[in-house]
Amino acid sequence: MKTSCAAFGVGLLFALGLGVSGMTQVQKVVGFLDIFGHWQPALIFVMGGAIVVHFIAYRLIMKQKAPLFDSRWHLPTHKDISPSLIGGSLLFGIGWGLGGFCPGPAVVSLASFQSRPWIFVVSMLAGMLLFRAASSFRRST
Amino acid sequence: MPLEWLNALIGGALIGLAASLMLYWNGRVAGVSGIVNGLMNPPNEQNFWRWFFLGGMLLGGLILKLLKPEVFSSELPTPLWTVILAGLLVGFGTVMGGGCTSGHGVCGISRMSLRSIVATIIFIAFGVLSVALAKTLGVMG
Repeated sequence: MKTSCAAFGVGLLFALGLGVSGMTQVQKVVGFLDIFGHWQPALIFVMGGAIVVHFIAYRLIMKQKAPLFDSRWHLPTHKDISPSLIGGSLLFGIGWGLGGFCPGPAVVSLASFQSRPWIFVVSMLAGMLLFRAASSFRRST
Repeated sequence: MPLEWLNALIGGALIGLAASLMLYWNGRVAGVSGIVNGLMNPPNEQNFWRWFFLGGMLLGGLILKLLKPEVFSSELPTPLWTVILAGLLVGFGTVMGGGCTSGHGVCGISRMSLRSIVATIIFIAFGVLSVALAKTLGVMG
């Protein structure tokens, strides 16, 4: 229950951060990626601000033996630069540029009740399921 | 410093704070694509927190809609099929590549994960290419 309440608070703060930062505004995102056209660099500060805060906090937090509401850390352990890391990031990048949405801002934008974020998120869920289907097909052949 | 840049920095810092609280409280990476993908597994006690995270994000979105509705005012002049294609690519690519802008771009880079640094360079590079291509082909007006 504590982990769920904590996750609720994190989701809320995360959403407010995304909204304030400009990441929910698809034209700004496309403008940030449009370096060969009319480049709008503002969003570089979103990643910059987030990384500065989390870079420092990560080092302080990891001095603890375990998180506050769990008995152990659940951090990624993969180290290899795999073909799926590269291929997946490539596909994600193309979709991000085309739609102006990455997953976080798209989910927050559902609350606007506009059609495009909903169409995007439903398609995104379909894409996730498609990947599961593709990888189980590959395993079975 | 333009107000837009300041907002980006403040929003970014809030995102970094949210990611840090996720780590401090639950010992997890605040990666939205991974959390959303996990929602499509059969629900059990171990993944309740994902629904609470989603609930927090949606409440955050509603608060933004009430207090700062202009953050949802942005729309791209693109045909609707591009939104569907973008969603499919983002869903498929983020699960295949093991993360998105939040998981790789913020949390991973802060942990100095080589995988996340490579992923972030790739998805930004292909986001740039995607916008350039969409503009050249006239899809983005």
